[in-house]
Amino acid sequence: MTVYLLCFALLLVGVYGVLTKRDLIKIILSLGIMGYATNLMIILFAYKNGAIYAILTKANSLNGKPTGPMVDPLPQALILTSIVIELGITAMLVAMSIRLYEKYKTFDITKIRRLSG
Amino acid sequence: MKQNEGMTLIVKTVTRVSVWLIFLYGIYIILHGHLTPGGGFAGGVVLALGFLNIMLAYGRKYVEGWLNIKLMKDIESSMATLFLALGILGMSFGGGLLANFLSKGELFRLLSSGTIPILNILIGTKVSMALFVVIYSLAVLHIVKGGEK
Amino acid sequence: MPVETWLIFILSFMIVGSITALELKDLLSSIISIGVVGLGVSISFLFLQAPDLAIVQFLFEIFALIILIRAFMRRDYHLKEPSRSHKFLVIISILTLVSIFVLSINIFKLLPPFGQPLMETSKYYLDNAARETGAANIVTAIILDYRAYDTLGEVTVLFTAILGALTILHMKRHAKSASEDSNETK
Repeated sequence: MTVYLLCFALLLVGVYGVLTKRDLIKIILSLGIMGYATNLMIILFAYKNGAIYAILTKANSLNGKPTGPMVDPLPQALILTSIVIELGITAMLVAMSIRLYEKYKTFDITKIRRLSG
Repeated sequence: MKQNEGMTLIVKTVTRVSVWLIFLYGIYIILHGHLTPGGGFAGGVVLALGFLNIMLAYGRKYVEGWLNIKLMKDIESSMATLFLALGILGMSFGGGLLANFLSKGELFRLLSSGTIPILNILIGTKVSMALFVVIYSLAVLHIVKGGEK
Repeated sequence: MPVETWLIFILSFMIVGSITALELKDLLSSIISIGVVGLGVSISFLFLQAPDLAIVQFLFEIFALIILIRAFMRRDYHLKEPSRSHKFLVIISILTLVSIFVLSINIFKLLPPFGQPLMETSKYYLDNAARETGAANIVTAIILDYRAYDTLGEVTVLFTAILGALTILHMKRHAKSASEDSNETK
């Protein structure tokens, strides 16, 4: 249970970064931290004590069925999709923040809010 | 600016020998996706990093003359359409969308398990082209000052 | 040493690294500290017997670092000093997050203990994947045969995100040529 609580603390560090920082780059880094914490938490649910990875080889399978316990493969398949989408989101956020810097000449979000048009 | 001319002679010579090994490693991960860990996504990123290696060692102008960036964008868009076409083809042979309609083959062989290696190749090509085009656009944006292409 | 001890050590290292990344004033140093968190997640995936995910997480995290450093290097920016109301709001948000953490300890006691998953759907996947699909890698068989529709959705989302990023990076040319035309006609 300690492992689950530490992963939740990592998520809360990311939330602290999004709430209190005024710098646009620090906000993008905090969104990345929250993504890492969420992916790690779901894989923590899928571990089995004393089990091996979910790939059949000639050594650990008999007639197509595994001999011995294996970890849960279903959350691993879901998180594979999630990691790839996180990269696309980061690339798009970086492109938008470059445009904001060229228009307002600053990364400070309080100044970007006050200038209009 | 010296950035456009690439790096020193030692870096260029080592890159000329070792970048083909990086491409071979990426193609190996994509093709053996159903037997060993890896698959289309990991192999695609390795291929994109191989292209980035060439761009860093030889400079941006050399890569513009050697590779066709518009062709890369077209390949990336058509791979997504081919994925969908393979799915509809699977539906026309009976079964649902993206059904596995080719023969299963034996276990632990390279040419086995139906449509899974074909889908891995499509995904690997798409991811590598997409990531390299984004890095190239970021490089063009900075060297020409002010953001004009 | 059992796996749980290694995971506690790596997770506390990652928490320290992420707090350092958010508090540093230099931009390049904070981006490099995020690399520590990403590589720690990749090592944790190796301890949790997921080699597919470790490869993908490691490579994508390196790519994200390359994009971040390339975009944000050599930008100088000045932040003004935070006002007193801002310091007060920071303290209130830290107190709220700590109280959320303390109150959620009771909820985490309801989960099954670490290392004993339920595995009711996965029992079918582990027994029948080799016979029905012919692939040896069960994770690949799940994402490309049993749940291929999710992979189609993910390819679409990746395509759209890259298309959006490219459009935003190329936008200045049309705006600049349009404003030059309107200046000439005036």
